[in-house]
Amino acid sequence: MACSEPTLAADSRTPVPTIEPARAGTKCIADPATMRRDHPTMLKHQRDDTVRGGIRGAKASLRGCIDCHASPATASVAKSETNFCVSCHSYAAVKVDCFECHTSKAQMAVSGGPK
Amino acid sequence: MSRRGFLGVAAAAIGGVMLAPGIQLIEIARAATTGTGASPKVRWGMLIDTTKCASGCTDCVTACNAENGLAAPQRATDAQWIRKVDLKDIRTGRTASAPVMCQHCAEPPCVDVCPTGASFKRADGIVLVDRHSCIGCRYCVMACPYQARSFVHEPLVDQKPDVPRGKGCVEGCTLCVHRLDKGQKATACAEACSQAGHGAILFGDLNDPASEIAQRVREIQTTQLRADLKLDPGVRYHGI
Repeated sequence: MACSEPTLAADSRTPVPTIEPARAGTKCIADPATMRRDHPTMLKHQRDDTVRGGIRGAKASLRGCIDCHASPATASVAKSETNFCVSCHSYAAVKVDCFECHTSKAQMAVSGGPK
Repeated sequence: MSRRGFLGVAAAAIGGVMLAPGIQLIEIARAATTGTGASPKVRWGMLIDTTKCASGCTDCVTACNAENGLAAPQRATDAQWIRKVDLKDIRTGRTASAPVMCQHCAEPPCVDVCPTGASFKRADGIVLVDRHSCIGCRYCVMACPYQARSFVHEPLVDQKPDVPRGKGCVEGCTLCVHRLDKGQKATACAEACSQAGHGAILFGDLNDPASEIAQRVREIQTTQLRADLKLDPGVRYHGI
């Protein structure tokens, strides 16, 4: 799969991936630097609480990510190579397994109505 | 309150104080939606009245497939969480029909044999597969005396947001855990059965003496499938 074309940051010699902006009017649960570093840990803790403990609605949730970051074109975070999760993961060459089981589409796109 | 619950509330309270006013509201709103989790005081169970269950009716199976995003089985190896079974006493000729799904045992053999701890029992008695640690070995499929577990052989697409499922994992009836955690009081099969007017499936908390299911099992004769195995299933049958 061809990677989305990395662009050169203005103040750096390092190419960075082009990342789609989140849905307008939304605010992330943490600043971008924290999210970039810690999102796997956040989701891993949350998934154990939810699956094993039945605790829903935690602050960090995969569905929460998808609802804000799904591409308007594909309604997904992983369908096309420019979509939010894939753009960075293909740049970093880290395979993302989440969407083998979890849907990558925003809930509004799946149910056809507001969540 | 559990230790985790207490720490969660304490962290939310501290976070709420420290954040800016605009964000505080969002944090509180998010904390309010956080469920308290599965309670060990609850024992979810089902009572299936086979005298009200018609042979040939598959409303519960259809509802389960729709709720959980399962395709109607085309091949013998396709996943199946609930199936209709017709019984006949060969000596008397009496017939009965009943849905069979994961019986949510108190002593689940699938949990005993799981080498990775993926098959587990929640505090409220629901037996589930944690797909994050399932390696697809299918020991649980072999161990289950009710043949309630399925293995997903083919890649899946367009899963339900509430019901993640995928190739290489074992799965089975979840007692519509996503509904229960939202506070809904019935599984998809029980809801469909009562909406169709059959009322053969009664779902509820067996531990709550005031619940309808607890009252019913106190009043009428009920049977656990393969009671000789002493697994103490949470699903009970009347009329077989």
